[in-house]
Amino acid sequence: MSAITREEVAHLARLSRLELSEAELDHFAEQLGAIVGAVARVGELPTQDVPPTSHALPMTNVFREDVVRPDGTPILDRTEVLGQAPAAEENRFRVPRILGED
Amino acid sequence: MTELYKLTAAETAAAIASGETSAVEVAEAHLDRIAKVDEKVHAFLHVDTEGALAAARAVDAKRAAGERLGPLAGVPLALKDLFTTRGVPTTCGSRILEGWIPPYDATVTRRLREADVVVLGKSNMDEFAMGSSTENSAYGPTRNPWDLERIPGGSGGGSAAALASFQAPLAIGTDTGGSIRQPGAVTGTVGVKPTYGGVSRYGMVAFSSSLDQGGPCARTVLDAALLHEAIAGHDPLDSTSIDAPVPAVVEAARRGAAEGIKGLRVGVVKQFSGEGEGYQAGVVQRFQESVELMRSLGAEIVEIDAPSFDYALPAYYLIAPSECSSNLARFDAMRYGLRVGDDGAHSAEEVTALTREAGFGAEVKRRIMLGTYALSSGYYDAYYGQAQKVRTLIIRDFEAAFERADVLVSPTTPTTAFKIGERADDPMAMYLADLCTIPTNLAGNAGMSLPCGLAPEDGLPVGLQILAPAMADDRLYRVGAAVEAALLEQWGRPILDSVPTL
Repeated sequence: MSAITREEVAHLARLSRLELSEAELDHFAEQLGAIVGAVARVGELPTQDVPPTSHALPMTNVFREDVVRPDGTPILDRTEVLGQAPAAEENRFRVPRILGED
Repeated sequence: MTELYKLTAAETAAAIASGETSAVEVAEAHLDRIAKVDEKVHAFLHVDTEGALAAARAVDAKRAAGERLGPLAGVPLALKDLFTTRGVPTTCGSRILEGWIPPYDATVTRRLREADVVVLGKSNMDEFAMGSSTENSAYGPTRNPWDLERIPGGSGGGSAAALASFQAPLAIGTDTGGSIRQPGAVTGTVGVKPTYGGVSRYGMVAFSSSLDQGGPCARTVLDAALLHEAIAGHDPLDSTSIDAPVPAVVEAARRGAAEGIKGLRVGVVKQFSGEGEGYQAGVVQRFQESVELMRSLGAEIVEIDAPSFDYALPAYYLIAPSECSSNLARFDAMRYGLRVGDDGAHSAEEVTALTREAGFGAEVKRRIMLGTYALSSGYYDAYYGQAQKVRTLIIRDFEAAFERADVLVSPTTPTTAFKIGERADDPMAMYLADLCTIPTNLAGNAGMSLPCGLAPEDGLPVGLQILAPAMADDRLYRVGAAVEAALLEQWGRPILDSVPTL
């Protein structure tokens, strides 16, 4: 079983933008360790010449003309959208400060 | 006359079209039923009484004006809370979206409205569709109508339980690793995961974009087919939507019931035939009986060996969390949903982390971190990269299998419904519920679960899974309808007649 340390969980939580509690760090370390140990089985299959699949069916990019979308295409209403924002000001999303104090 | 809420969707639409009843009467019968039983089942997160009655009145007005009604006009439906509904709350079962009123409709929502389907409300689900029991809903679990102490499956437990408790004849689900089929199996209902790209994902809140697929849930195969046709088809707003005609699923369901499956090649997947650990005896028994039933109907049974399927579960639990960790980054507390710690002192980044900590449940956090781990440098090749190669092998095994068989079959789930709480904090035990359903999602092809009996040891429903190649969804309906008709003849009544009275 691949053990995952408490410190690794703290690192993953930082990368994932999760302000985990102390109790969660312990609990998740144990659970993530067990899960990673189990999913590591994917390494048992020989795959030297096997290409990876990111999408099961063939995908091509979709383009459209750069014009105003036709009637009937959903276009978001600004007032409706801002009405659902955690905070709005002057017809825009209001966000907390982005830069540090110094 | 039978209670209106007991009718199938096809019967309901016919009764409304003929004037035997009205869409408003049908909607009221279901809203009354919800008021009566949903306190016990908790299938709905939100009931849109006004919206449902307005939609029903519009159907009645159309009929009065002599307009032709569509095949599902006036039929009530439970919509999984993963789909956006303009003006109606959409939470995805998460605190982080509590109270959010989307400013737009999902394409599935729009198509339902255009088909004059009456959306009763939003059904409960595991948070962001991550789970197999609906216990991960931030708003409390849904209960299985067969036994209120047991789980209704997940993530779409609300949709399946609404069907089994006669709160709606139709429901919409989403299936990333089995979230339509597994709840269908444990509640004795029908659920279909269409071919990937068959139903638009626009407005369906993303969990794992290469696997997520919306689809129909119903109490009969024909009803599922009618709903399938209403929601499927190309959507320019979804770049992964397939630009091809929808398979003729309604016709296939009618043909299957009338003509059977004589000469069809049915492949039994060796890896999921119940010989391995963890399969319940009654599930294996009902599955084997179903195979014999198909043989007696004239199907040719072939054994299929698909060795890579044994690795589908670990591959899935690397790919799905990886995509989830990226998709759920959108919940940053800036544009919609919850915001915690915006006190002038905390930075935007700190507010994001505080909000996600408060707004996400344990399983969502686990998967985000697991995905972050699998994608991080140093581990990428061994985990995510290797899982993607296993995905290729699974697709190859399916290709070889479908050269020898028209459809594949297996039990939908290894066990019947387990007790609420039994696996709640044991992720690996919970993940096993999707053992047999996951390969289809990885390969992007189509799958159905339909009830094939009750397990003798606990009297709970067992699901038969049918799998078909991409864009051959019609085969699911042909086989499903044939098996359903034969079982109905054998039992003398539908399986849901045995659900305990609530």
